[in-house]
Order: sequence, then C-alpha cells, then structure tokens
Amino acid sequence: MPKPLERVNDFVIKFANVNGSGSASANTLFGKIILRMGVPATPRNIFPSNIQGLPTWYEIRVSEAGWLGSRGGVDLMVPMNPQTWDADMASVEPGGYVLYDSTKPLPPSKFRDDVTVLGVPLTEMCNAAYTDPRQRQLFKNIMYVGALSALLDMEVEVVEKLIAEQYWGKDKLIKPNIAAMHMGRDYALKHLPCPIGLRLRRSDKVGDRIMIDGNAAAALGAVYGGATVCAWYPITPSSSLAEAFASHCKRFRTDPTTTKRRYAIVQAEDELASIGMVIGAAWNGARAFTSTSGPGVSLMQEFIGLAYFAEIPAVIFDVQRGGPSTGMPTRTQQADILSAAYASHGDTKHVLLLPEDPKECFDFGAQAFDLADRLQTPIFVMLDLEIGMNERLSAPFKWDDSRRMDRGKVITAEDLESGKPFGRYLDVDGDGIPFRTYPGTHPTRGAFFTRGTTKDAYARYTEEGPAYIENMTRLMRKFDTAKTLVPQPIRRDAAQPTKLGAIYYGSTSAAMDEALDRLAGEGVQLNTLRLRAFPFPQEVNAFCAAHDRVFVVEQNRDGQIRTLLMSECGIDPAKLVPVLHYDGTPITAKFVADAIGEEAAVVPFRKAVS
Amino acid sequence: MSYLPKPKFRHPDLPKNALGYTRRDYEGSVSTLCAGCGHDSISAAIIQACYELDIEPHRLAKLSGIGCSSKTPTYFLGQSHGFNSVHGRMPSVLTGANLANRDLIYLGVSGDGDSASIGLGQFAHSIRRGVNMVYIVENNGVYGLTKGQFSATADAGSKSKWGADNNDSPIDMVGLALQLGATYVARSFSGDKHQLVPLIKGAIRHSGAAFIDCISPCVAFNNHAGSTKSFDYVREHNEAVNALDYMPVRSEITTDYAPGAVEEVTQHDGSVLKLRKLAPDYDPHDRIAALTYLQKKNAEGEIATGLLYIDPEPKDLHAHLNTIETPLNHLGDADLVPGAAALEKFNAARR
Repeated sequence: MPKPLERVNDFVIKFANVNGSGSASANTLFGKIILRMGVPATPRNIFPSNIQGLPTWYEIRVSEAGWLGSRGGVDLMVPMNPQTWDADMASVEPGGYVLYDSTKPLPPSKFRDDVTVLGVPLTEMCNAAYTDPRQRQLFKNIMYVGALSALLDMEVEVVEKLIAEQYWGKDKLIKPNIAAMHMGRDYALKHLPCPIGLRLRRSDKVGDRIMIDGNAAAALGAVYGGATVCAWYPITPSSSLAEAFASHCKRFRTDPTTTKRRYAIVQAEDELASIGMVIGAAWNGARAFTSTSGPGVSLMQEFIGLAYFAEIPAVIFDVQRGGPSTGMPTRTQQADILSAAYASHGDTKHVLLLPEDPKECFDFGAQAFDLADRLQTPIFVMLDLEIGMNERLSAPFKWDDSRRMDRGKVITAEDLESGKPFGRYLDVDGDGIPFRTYPGTHPTRGAFFTRGTTKDAYARYTEEGPAYIENMTRLMRKFDTAKTLVPQPIRRDAAQPTKLGAIYYGSTSAAMDEALDRLAGEGVQLNTLRLRAFPFPQEVNAFCAAHDRVFVVEQNRDGQIRTLLMSECGIDPAKLVPVLHYDGTPITAKFVADAIGEEAAVVPFRKAVS
Repeated sequence: MSYLPKPKFRHPDLPKNALGYTRRDYEGSVSTLCAGCGHDSISAAIIQACYELDIEPHRLAKLSGIGCSSKTPTYFLGQSHGFNSVHGRMPSVLTGANLANRDLIYLGVSGDGDSASIGLGQFAHSIRRGVNMVYIVENNGVYGLTKGQFSATADAGSKSKWGADNNDSPIDMVGLALQLGATYVARSFSGDKHQLVPLIKGAIRHSGAAFIDCISPCVAFNNHAGSTKSFDYVREHNEAVNALDYMPVRSEITTDYAPGAVEEVTQHDGSVLKLRKLAPDYDPHDRIAALTYLQKKNAEGEIATGLLYIDPEPKDLHAHLNTIETPLNHLGDADLVPGAAALEKFNAARR
C-alpha cells in the first residue's frame, strides 16, 4: 500500500449521492465550514438531467493556494450511492481515503488495498436514533459531516455555528441537526484514527471574498442595471438566473407598504415568446432581458435578427451547456460562441460579453443594459454551467452610487417640441448609432414604424440598393463603435519576453491561472490575453501580431473563438494553436498546462524550414 | 394599389373631435393592398373608432406580424408608433410592450395565417395571460401575400380559387379566445362598418384581453363561389346575435329602445355598451353558453357575429403580476437601483 496522502488545506473531497436524497444542504454546509475556517474551497455540483433517483456528485476542491478551477482526481471519497460505488471507488487517488456507510457488510472485492477505508455505520445509527424515514435519510447526511469534521480536524465550534446559521428562522431544526452531527463526530473520534492525513487548518486566505453562483450574480447585475422586464422559459442551466432575479426583485423592488412591484417577470410559453417580449418591452423603453441556453438561442434566431436590424436593445444571458442539440444539459461547454455571435439569417453580428466569474457576471450583467441601450442592439452575456450554477469564491460586488443608467440616444418630447430633426436611422454623430423615440412621446412628432424590412434613414420602407448599402455599412460602423465600449481584454505578461501567447476567456480563467503558475515553474514563458467581449478591440490584433504562436484555449470542439479571430481579425490560422477541452467537465489546469507545455516544446514547422 | 402620395390637403370644414383632430389625422399612408380588399375597410373602421373616441394618436401603439393584414398598420394612425414584427409573433412583442408601459393602448393586428397557423401558440398565450389589448384578426381564410394557399381558418370543404378542396378542419379563433379566457370576444365582417366600428370602440375601452375575429374577404384569392370567406357567402350567412352602440362616459342617452330589448353594460372606465338583442336568448355574459351557441350556428353553416362575450370587470396581466401603477419604463435609478449600501449587506450575507 502506498503511503496515505498527507496534505493540509490542499485536497479534493467528493460526495457521491442520489439525486433528491437531501444531500445538497449537508454538502453545502460542509463547504461553508471550510470557507469559514479561512481556507479557499470551490464546490462543484455534478448532476444528471433528473429530479430524483439518478446519481449526483458534489466535489469540493480545497486549495489554500487559492486555485478555484477543477483539479481532477479525488483524495477523499464519500460514496453514499451504491449504484456508483465501483466507479467512485476507482476514482480515488492511490493513498487516498474513503469514508463509507459500513452498516451493510461489503465483500473485500468492493474495496481497494491502496486506499484507506473508514467505515461509519450511518444507517444503523440513524435507524436507532430516528423513526421517521425522511429524518433517517436527512440526518444521515449531517452525520457524515460530523464524522468528517473529526477526520479532517475541523473546528467543531464553526460546524455548530454554521448549522445554526443554516437553519436560522427554523430554530426547531438547529438542535437535532447539531445532535446528529455530534453522533457522527463522536463515532469517528471513538472508532477511527482521527485525524487522517488530510487536514484542515485555519487560515486567512478567503479574505473579504463572497460565495455566490454566477447565475445569481448575473441576476443581481440585472437588478442593478435597471432591468424591469424579464421574460424567460425554463432551461437548464439558466433557470436559476431568472429565479434569482425574482428573488432579488422581491427583496429590492417591492414596495413594502403596497406590495406593488417595480418589475415584471413572465414565464413565457417558449424561447421565441421570451425574446419577443424582451424586444417589445425594450422597444417601448423598458430595460428587458431573457435568460436561456444554447437550444433557446437557436429558437430565438429570427427575433435576434429583427432586433439587430430594427435596432432594438435586448439583453440575453446565455448560460452555455454541452451541445449540439439537447447535448449534455447538465454539463459545461463554451460552445454557443458562434451561434450567438452570428445569430440569425443575413449579415448579422452581435456583441458578446464573456464573464470569467461571479464578479464579472454581476458587473457585465449590469453593464449589458447600458450597452444594449447605447448600441441599440442585442447584447449576449455568455455564462456557462461551470460559473453559472456552481458557487464560487468571488471578489465582493461593488457599486458606485453616483453611477446612472446610460439610456443611450433617446429623443425626448422637449427635443421634438423644440424642432430637433429626427430620422430614426440617421447617423447624426458618425458613430453609426441613430436616435430613437419611445412610443407615446409626442402627439404629432417622432412617431416611426419599426420593421424587419429594409428601410431608409427615416424608417420608410425601401428596397433601393443604395439605401440598403448605406444602412448595412452604418450597422458595421456601429459594430466598430461597440469595440470601444465593451469590456477590454486583459493582458498579462510573463516574467521574461516571449513569443508565445495564449488567448482564453470565460470560465477557463480559473484553470488558466493555475496552469500559468505551473508552466512558469516549468520555465515556459507565456503572455496571455483574456478576452472579455466580442467584437474584439484592436489590442487583440496587436497581441497576435506580437507573438509567433498563440494558444487559443476554449471549451468546445471547433475552436469557436479561434474562428472569430480568423474571420474578424484576419489572423493567420497557422499561428493560432487550438487547445480544446470539450468532454462536458470543466477544463483543468493540468489539461491546459500539459497541452501548452507539450506544444511549447515543439518548434513550429514554418520556423523550422524558414 | 396606388403609388400616388397621399395629398396633405384637407377640407377646412372637416369636422373635428374633442382633441381638435379631424378623421384624416388618424389616417396613415396610402394602402398598397388590392383594390376592394376587406382589410382596408377594417383600417377605415379603426380610424373611425379612434377618431370618435378622441384618442391621442401617440397614446396608441399598433403592432402586427407578417402578411397582408400585418401590413395594414402602415395605413392607419400615422402619428402612432408602429411595429411590424416577425411572422406569428406579434402577441409576444405586444405583451412585452404592454409590460413596459401600461398606460398606452395596444392594438394588435394580425391575420389568420399569422395567428391561427404560425402564431397560434402566441395568440393563445397572450389571451390566457389577459394582456390588456385589442387583438384583431383580419380573417380571410387564405394566404394572400404568397398567392392563395389555404390558411388554418379555411373551412373544411371550401374550395381554393383553382378548385382544390380544403380537407382540414378549421380553427375557430373565437372559440379558442373564449376557451382561453378572453374577456371581450367579438366577431364581425369587414363589410359591415356599422357593426364593426362600435365593436372596436368597445374593445379599445375594455381593460383586458379583447379579441375581434373580423372576416375580411380576399378579393384576389378567396372571393369566388365555393369559398366560405367570400363577400357573398358571409353576407348570406351572417347572423348577428346583437347590435352594439358605444356610449362614452357620462354621455346622454338619446335613442329610445323598446323595453327589454336593450342591455347596458358599463365597462371599467365608465363607458357604456348598449346591446340590442337580435338573437332573443343570447347571453353575452355566459362563456359556456356562448361556446355552445357558436358551435351550433357553425354546424348550421351560419356565422354568428356581434359581441359574443364580455366581462366588464376583467383582470389584466398587470393585475396578475401586481406591478405598480407607474409604467415600468418611467422608472429611474432611484426606483430601480438598490445602491452600494444594500450591495454591501448582500456581500456580507455571503461570507
């Protein structure tokens, strides 16, 4: 047997549960305890498209160094689901640990001799202590948290405090949960070699960071961004974004005396209706959004083209999942980049924002509404399941109270009254962005007809070639203006000058940070550029020009951002080396570092022969 | 159709409404539909209704989908904002617009292809949500703009212009609207201005989902013998259940009616609908009986028209959502943005 793992504040623990067994709250509690001890920890839900009965996992990466990306591998396994026992057992690193329910004897073939097996008769203890079947199930979960607190040497006061916080307002539940936790803890202290080689030790590496999932963060961004209309259709992994908006609005936008709401949320009949309502509301001067995922964006294509061509603001949160088709509804990918960037028939292009974590989900979630109004066009905020549905340590959100909504170029009744000329699609300022009026502004001036057909600068229907070309080139001008308004890319240079670069975006960030650290340790010098929006600002061209080879790291099969770099910036494809991770699991630092490290050692062919 | 620009000249003695607007102020640009198209009569009825109701043109938004009927908003209310959206999706755009500003009047104009085929789902859901709107379907049983294919409201057994039979069952928009909870349901005929104008006025003053199915013969593709949506056929089979007079708020009632033959319905805004009964037993407050009556008439080959159902105190989508009285698009930073202090509290709860 290899030596049992010995690590402090640096390991991966994974719980295997059955969907619907009430394990989620116990697992979440466990994660919070670690954070409350000042140790950075990143939880991940790995779940099927199912409500009850199928396997589900909850993984927590504990990392004092602060690496928030998925690591891969498991050091301590808690296999509570017989259905996945064999695979769970096999996934443990040699020298790792397994904490299991030892009520029912299992044959030796079910175990491995290179891991430390720790048994607690959880079912037996629950059956002895409780009569209600649901209680037996729920307290079993708290019991293993108790056992782990002893095994990992966690601070029991913190555990008790967090149980009390978790059941705040349901005070009757606090005592029995604390009691169940102690049952598990006492058993472990008495019968098992506590603590094991994996340990938690109080630290101060969490700082003022907060724990939140990207969907809830983006929804809060929408509240701060002044969104009043939300129309959506349930789809994993985006549903919790609209639901979080509802709960934020209930708190922040409900009149305490009249209970009247300063918002409207409609669960539409499908994605077509969702985006239709958003466009109708935004046309009428409200800030509106929808939240969806890849299949929803596919359904919205025609309307997105209308909003592009008729120039109506709209905000679309696309929480990406595994595609194509129904694909992997509960797995993560960055595979909607192209379908969002070029959504709809005809020549269309759209603005995409690419948040890396909950902080940017909040920031971009609010900024998207300013951009939509300013540019009068759809704005996509491209989350993915990894950052959307998993809680993540994030910098606290900030707001400047002097900030005001930018409603863009809107002509008022006073403007019209004073005789200010108005042509709905007239490029007055040379930035491609025309002025608009809201319906109901003035009794005799400023009305226009919005349509998806070709029109002239005064919104009159026309199919004349020159008027069409003028309009289409103006839209390109507007798209160029967008480059200056969107969040700019962030460049980070290696310690020494290098001709190797890497481009990445979105949820890949966490793995990238860690990979860069490892690569630097291995002597690979790599400059990076993190994209935060499309269209790409000029700096992207400059970055590519300054490097011989640029790795483009993304979580899809076809290198979708790489395609955009080629088609929109004219970058030589030979220079852009794809690093692609697309099996539905979040990309890991190991994957990135291995791929880049291997490639970095290879002299590019063109260089070799020149 | 005419390519002539519409002359701006107006007769100085044209009558004006209470706002000082003439009927011509409610017109749009010249229609490009076929001469004699029923849709143009509906546009004229809309113009007449808005003129008579003293509606400020900019307080009404007109929305449509795609098709001949959906082109018509260009031809009326030129001072109103209009939105020609995508095929079959007017209802969602209208719903969103209504959510943004509950103070405007929303007029949705659609056709039978737009609302009964590609947009049947959106039609149904906008009705069942109780969106405060006037939803007019200009129903001719045929796709005009693509030259004469059957639509989903074409009766089984009706013949196309080229002699093909329609074997599919028709969708009855009025029946659907009733089932889905519309609170003002009417059917009319583009050739009957006297019936149609008061129905539109009553619908505009209704504060819930008002639906009007207006049979509007297509002179180009569906006005031949064998069609059940031709002018001749509809005239012969039109059976009005009642005749409607619209009375504005607090107007003096000057017409004498035989006792018992007239019912007065006061709508939420105080306006009064005077219903003269034509079918003696028809009760426009009984949704279930209305459905039965319609099906019976349909089986007899007759087309029941008039105000078929009304709930004078409807609840609309805003009531369901409990939104504030101020239109959402009027709210500013102070109403919407919780601010830095609230955000700090939010952060603190997540540590």
